Amino acid sequence: MRIEWLLALRFLREGRAQTFFMLGGVVMGVGVIVFLTSLITGLQRSIIEKTLGTQAHLVMRPPDDEARRIIKPDSSLAVSANIERRGQRLRSILQWQQTMRELEARPEVTAVSPLVSGPSFAVRGTATKSVALMGIDQERYTRIVPMSSYMKEGEFRISASNAAIGTDLARDLGASIGDKIRLQTADGRNETITVAGIFDVGVRDLNRRWVFITLRSAQNLLDLVGGVSSIDVTVRDLFKAELISERLAAQTGLTAESWMKTNAQLMVGLRSQNASSYLIQFFVILSVAFGIASVLIVSVIQKSREVGILRAMGCSRRRILRIFLLQGGMVGLVGSLFGCGVGALLVTFFAKTALNPDGTPIFPVVLELRMFLVAAGVATVTGIFSAAAPAVRAARLDPVAAIRNV
Amino acid sequence: MSDTTITTPVLQLTDVRKQYGSDGVTTHVLHGISLTLQQGEFTALIGPSGSGKSTLLNIIGLLEPPTEGSLVMQGYETGTMHEDGLTRLRGQSIGFVFQFHHLIPSFTALENVMMPLMLEQGRQTPLQRVRAAGLLERVGLAGRMDFKPGKLSGGQQQRVAIARALAANPPLILADEPTGNLDTAAADEIFKLLYEVNQESGTTFLVVTHDPRLAKRCSRIIELVDGRIVS
Ligand SMILES: Nc1ncnc2c1ncn2[C@@H]1O[C@H](COP(=O)(O)OP(=O)(O)OP(=O)(O)O)[C@@H](O)[C@H]1O
Ligand SMILES: [Mg+2]
Repeated sequence: MRIEWLLALRFLREGRAQTFFMLGGVVMGVGVIVFLTSLITGLQRSIIEKTLGTQAHLVMRPPDDEARRIIKPDSSLAVSANIERRGQRLRSILQWQQTMRELEARPEVTAVSPLVSGPSFAVRGTATKSVALMGIDQERYTRIVPMSSYMKEGEFRISASNAAIGTDLARDLGASIGDKIRLQTADGRNETITVAGIFDVGVRDLNRRWVFITLRSAQNLLDLVGGVSSIDVTVRDLFKAELISERLAAQTGLTAESWMKTNAQLMVGLRSQNASSYLIQFFVILSVAFGIASVLIVSVIQKSREVGILRAMGCSRRRILRIFLLQGGMVGLVGSLFGCGVGALLVTFFAKTALNPDGTPIFPVVLELRMFLVAAGVATVTGIFSAAAPAVRAARLDPVAAIRNV
Repeated sequence: MSDTTITTPVLQLTDVRKQYGSDGVTTHVLHGISLTLQQGEFTALIGPSGSGKSTLLNIIGLLEPPTEGSLVMQGYETGTMHEDGLTRLRGQSIGFVFQFHHLIPSFTALENVMMPLMLEQGRQTPLQRVRAAGLLERVGLAGRMDFKPGKLSGGQQQRVAIARALAANPPLILADEPTGNLDTAAADEIFKLLYEVNQESGTTFLVVTHDPRLAKRCSRIIELVDGRIVS
C-alpha cells in the first residue's frame, strides 16, 4: 500500500470519534440528496409521461398565411396594417406525403403520423355532442400515441366504418360497442360510423371530444380531400424537441410546435422545481464540506507532532498534503456509499408507504446507477476540497515547533 | 582544511549564526559556530540550558536554516538547496532521536521502525519488515514488535526510536537529550546502546546531554555556552 494511503487510513482510524462525525455528516448529506433527487426525478418523469401519453413531441402545421398588409399606395391616411388570419376554413399541408418522407428520413425523428382534425357533431338519437374528428392512419398514429393501451372496451381498429370514441362521449351519447353514430359537420356533410372501441386516455376533455376515424373519412367530412391538417412527430430525445422543432420549421416552411411550448406552464414548473432542488443540494453539500473541514482542522492540530516527526524523517510537504486530502476523499467516498444506501432505503420506504387509494405508489421513485455514481463522485470531490485548507495547514507546519511542543 | 583524511566529513559547519525575530527584538542564539564531524565520531554536545544546543541540532538536522554561515552535509552545500532537496537529504542522511521519543502512536513498534524506509520507498515492503525486526531485536525488543508505543515503557520507547533512527542507515544520528526523562539505570543502558551501535556500524553520533557522567564516555565533547563553542 502506498505510504500516503497507509498514513491517511491510520490517522482516520486513530481519530475514531472525529472520523465518525465526518462520516455521519456525509452519510446524511448524501442520503438527503439521493432521497430528494430520486423523488423529484420520479415525479417529473411521471408527469412528463402522462403529458406525452396523448401528445406527439412536436406537431407540424401549415404556415400561417397571415400578415397580409392592406396598404393603399395612394392613401394619405396613416398606413393601417391589418393583420388578419384567414377565416375558419381548414388549411392543408401542401405535398404532405413528400414532407412526411423527408421527416422520416431524419435520424432524430422516430415516428411521423398525418392527422386530419376538425370540429364536428356526433349524433345518436336525440343526443348531439360537439366533438373533434381525428382522422388518422392507424398504424402510424399508434406509434405516437399508444391508443391500444388505453382501450376500455373493444379494440382500437379504425376502418371505413369502424371508429373509436372516449368513455365520456360514449356515456353522453349512451353508445356502446357496435352502436352506430352519425357524424355531421356544420356545412351538412355527414357519415355514419360504428363504435368499435371505447378508450380512456386519462384526460376527461379528450375522452369527451376525440373521435378516431380514417384519414379518408375525415378528409371527406372536413372538405380537405387529399390534404392533412397537421403532421405529428416524435423524436429520439424528447428534451430536444424544441430545438428540433425550430430546425424542422425552418427547413420545411411549416410551423412546428414542440410539446415543451404546448406545455410551457408545465416546463416552467419543472424548471423551477429543478432549480430549488439544486439549491437545496448545493447548500447540503456546502454544509457537509464545512463539517469535514472543521473536523479535519482540529485533527491537523492534534496531529501536529506526528506531522513534525514525519517531516523530520524525510516526508515531503507534498506528501503531508496528500495524506490529509486523502482523508477527506476517503471520508467523502465511504460516507457517500453509506449515504446512497440510506437514501435508497428511505425513498423506497417512502414510496411503499405513500400509496394511492388503488395501491399504486403516489411517488414513482427512480433509483438509477447514474445518480449514485454522481452522488459518490460529488461527495468524494467535496471531501477532497474541504480537506484542502486543513491539508495546506498541515503541510505548512514547522517541524521544529511541532517537535518542541511536547 | 588541515585535515588529512581522504573521506569527506559527514558534516561541516562554518561560522553558523542564528537569530530569531526580525523586527526590533532579535535574539541571537548562535554566534559563529564552526564545527566538523568525521565519520564514526561519537560526540557529546553539552552546555547550560538555553545555550543553543537544541537550536544547533535543529540546524544540523536541516529542520531550520541558519541565519548566516554554511552547512555542508556529506559534501552537499545546503544553503542553496530548496525545501524538497533538503527534505530528501534529511531522509537519507540523518536519523533523529528526541527526548520525548516521538513515536507515531497509531503504528506498532515495528511499523514505527519501518517508517523511514516506507517514506523513502513510498510504500510498504516485506524487506522493510525484515530489517525493522532485525533492528528491534538489536535494541532488545524482539518480543515487543507489535506493541503500540502507548504500551511500552519510556526506556522501551526510546529503544524503538533508536531503532527507527537506524532504519534508513543514515551516516549521522542526532540525539537531543535521549536520556533526558529516563532514570539513571535506563539512561545508562540507552547510552550504552548508542555507543555500541556507533562502534558496530561506524555511524556518526551527535548527542546532546546534560549528564557530565555520560558525556565523559564520549570520544569527543563540545561545550556550548551562550551560543559559542568554548571547548
Ligand atoms: N523560535 C524561537 N524564537 C525565539 N527564540 C528562540 C526560539 N527557539 C529558541 N529560542 C531561544 O534560543 C535559545 C536557545 O534555545 P535552545 O532550545 O537551543 O536551548 P538549549 O540549549 O537546547 O536549552 P535546554 O538545555 O534547556 O534544552 C533560548 O534562549 C531560546 O529562548
Ligand atoms: Mg534543548
